[in-house]
Amino acid sequence: MLGLNNKDTLLLIIVAAITLLAPFILNPFPTQSAMAQFNAGYPDLMQRFVIFGIFAIGFNILFGLTGYLSFGHAAFLGVGSYSAVWMFKLLSMNVIPAILLAMLISGLFAVLIGFVSLRRSGIYFSILTLAFAQMSFNLAYSVLTPITNGETGLQLTLNDPRILGQVTTAEGSIPVTSLFGLEMRSTYEMIFGPWSFQFNAGYYLCAIIMLLSFYIAIRIFRSPFGMMLRAIKSNQTRMSYTGLNPRPYTLAAFVISGMYAGLAGGLMASMDPLAGAERMQWTASGEVVLMTILGGAGTLIGPILGAGFIKYFENIFSKINDNILHSWFAFMPDGFENALVAIVHPFVGKGWHLTLGILFMLVVVFLPGGLVEAGQRVAKLFRRRKSEKTSDESAQSKPAE
Amino acid sequence: MTRTNFTRRGVLRTGAVAGAGVALPTIFTASSAAAYTNEPTGGTVTLGFNVPQTGPYADEGADELRAYELAVEHLNGGGDGGLLNTFSSKALKGNGILGKKIEYVTGDTQTKSDAARASARSMIEKDGAIMITGGSSSGVAVAVQDLCQSAGVIFMAGLTHSNDTTGKDKKANGFRHFFNAYMSGAALAPVLAAQYGTDRKAYHLTADYTWGWTQEESIVAATEALGWETVNTVLTPLAATDFSSYIAPVLNSGADVLVLNHYGGNMVNSLTNAVQFGLREKIINNKNFEIVVPLYSRLMARGAGENVKGILGSTNWHWSLQDEASKAFVKSFGTKYGFPPSQAAQTCYAQTLLYADACERAGTFNPCGIAEALEGFEFDGLGNGPTLYRAEDHQCFKDVLVVRGKENPTSEFDVLEVVEVTPRAQVEYAHDHPMFAGGNLGSCNPGA
Repeated sequence: MLGLNNKDTLLLIIVAAITLLAPFILNPFPTQSAMAQFNAGYPDLMQRFVIFGIFAIGFNILFGLTGYLSFGHAAFLGVGSYSAVWMFKLLSMNVIPAILLAMLISGLFAVLIGFVSLRRSGIYFSILTLAFAQMSFNLAYSVLTPITNGETGLQLTLNDPRILGQVTTAEGSIPVTSLFGLEMRSTYEMIFGPWSFQFNAGYYLCAIIMLLSFYIAIRIFRSPFGMMLRAIKSNQTRMSYTGLNPRPYTLAAFVISGMYAGLAGGLMASMDPLAGAERMQWTASGEVVLMTILGGAGTLIGPILGAGFIKYFENIFSKINDNILHSWFAFMPDGFENALVAIVHPFVGKGWHLTLGILFMLVVVFLPGGLVEAGQRVAKLFRRRKSEKTSDESAQSKPAE
Repeated sequence: MTRTNFTRRGVLRTGAVAGAGVALPTIFTASSAAAYTNEPTGGTVTLGFNVPQTGPYADEGADELRAYELAVEHLNGGGDGGLLNTFSSKALKGNGILGKKIEYVTGDTQTKSDAARASARSMIEKDGAIMITGGSSSGVAVAVQDLCQSAGVIFMAGLTHSNDTTGKDKKANGFRHFFNAYMSGAALAPVLAAQYGTDRKAYHLTADYTWGWTQEESIVAATEALGWETVNTVLTPLAATDFSSYIAPVLNSGADVLVLNHYGGNMVNSLTNAVQFGLREKIINNKNFEIVVPLYSRLMARGAGENVKGILGSTNWHWSLQDEASKAFVKSFGTKYGFPPSQAAQTCYAQTLLYADACERAGTFNPCGIAEALEGFEFDGLGNGPTLYRAEDHQCFKDVLVVRGKENPTSEFDVLEVVEVTPRAQVEYAHDHPMFAGGNLGSCNPGA
């Protein structure tokens, strides 16, 4: 279907099913139960899952295929966010022009940075992109304050022109972002017994855009262009000697992945119209590298898994405080309870980085292919059993022949 | 290699699927029955405490959280009742709010607008928080206030001192108990003139964000009105930890006063750097070189240690105040945690009580009802003397303290002494004062 082979079609369908049913899948625990702490099916986090999924898919087109490790991808995310918020301030609250401008500006930005940075490869390329990103961060943070509003972040105000849309709503507040009237924040809550599931318009917009981006990424992976990018990764010198100039290919990959990041940034701003300079900081760039490696660099689904994994930790584990721990272990005698809380305490709440770090280490050491490799190993285990069975059968059937 | 087998059937099929996908969200746009965002239906009500647990203001954040926990305990009828006994409004009965027990969720703002908003959004969407409070940075406060306005919940600002919070960026759903940069300037300038004379040359180092900018503007305006001259103003990044490169140029600038528009960890580091450079022993223009820290807190003074001795600044509240309310608060905070509260803790505690009281008086959790109850509310007995919540900009007006680092501290907490209690009349300003202009409160948004 859609020019994909069967395996890729299946992958696309599985991803589509998971993203569209995410409100159910992410809210497995009843609202009032103690386990509700681990529910992740609320609009903000679901949006983050898919938006960072897009970001990581785009990063993977560059890193997974060409092997060029960019340490400055957050700059494109930030540029996308700023352009989108400016569109909300100047034009209208419709998300479409904002997203398009975000992609355009980040694409232009990527051409500029890529043109300079791609003259070098390996560690020098990484350092160059890092330098550019840090430069953009500092520009956004202080020098370009009139455009970016510095540390406070760029926000909508009641005095913005919004020439095509309304400046203020009838009640006198700032209008909300929408898709031709469909408000991004509108959420339908479905109550099913003790469970409640939230269906958010903004999430579904992001999810559909992510599926499109995922589809385009599959096509790029399977195209001759993708093959060229892999050739660059395996041996660039050899490619040059065969008479092919790798630079246009790497630049194209860089720009595409920059536009993916810009798209993610534009979507972030569309869901919550604020753009802060922190989005461009080097830690944010490092985060997408982590996501891609954690999930499995160079695989199709890996980056999405990695993005979901990290965002889940950031938002769910960081909110477990001592009170919650005490309520978990309340059934134990006091001494035990306090001891257990003391043991678990450094790993939750603000210590979520520690837990994530340990998991990341374990994954890199034992599963160099990331979460995808874990999945493959499990699948192989089942397949081996099955194939053993079938070979047994054939062995049995042979003598009869 | 690329397979481009677009068949008529394939295109139709995928078109139908995509169409269904696009149409899907519109099924769910029917609005729910609740009258306002997160209307509490059970026997409990959830408040969201969004404070910095990491970053340059983490110390303040930790103290704010302690104050919130204490306030919840008192509102639910636990502990010694704290300021419920001294508060001039007697609507609170110690049985939660409107008979519902108070529960709370906490989050980490990381002192970043983005992270703070994400954390606040998850509190509103996931945990059903009906009110968000906290924050130790004006950048964060402004960002979260904006979010609460659009989500339709009340924002009770914690420690935020920028003029913009209730000026340019004021919002109908946002309320601030803490004082602001203009008030610091108005309270501090006369004391500075009396202590250091009216012929001084000032050099400003300013944290580069909304709070720093407005504080610098306020202090420059207030001191220049008294005859001071401003030699230079330099912006420093909020994330900076070493200020030596900013301190060195001060020596050759001809300035004889250094104003540090820094807070929290920033101030501790910049003051320490300034003292290490020997600024305080210098004599310039035949006058002793002086350092001023316009916004002071006990936590900062403690962090900077010996270096704060004799340095002037202003503060919202100090634990050594001898009115009944302050004594009661210090006592219950001290009993629970073993040390006196900071000004951040006091403002957060007061804000929680004010919110709960407004709910009781309004008889609802509806943000519009609460806003109405808070606007123009006159109260006393929360430690700052008679206070007014002004309706025009949702800013509290009360006395401001001018404090100085103690020369002979008797304990690690006794590091500041109150020089002057500046009366409320001296720090009041018109709500359309130029430093606060450009904003629009808008109208209250109950969400849903």
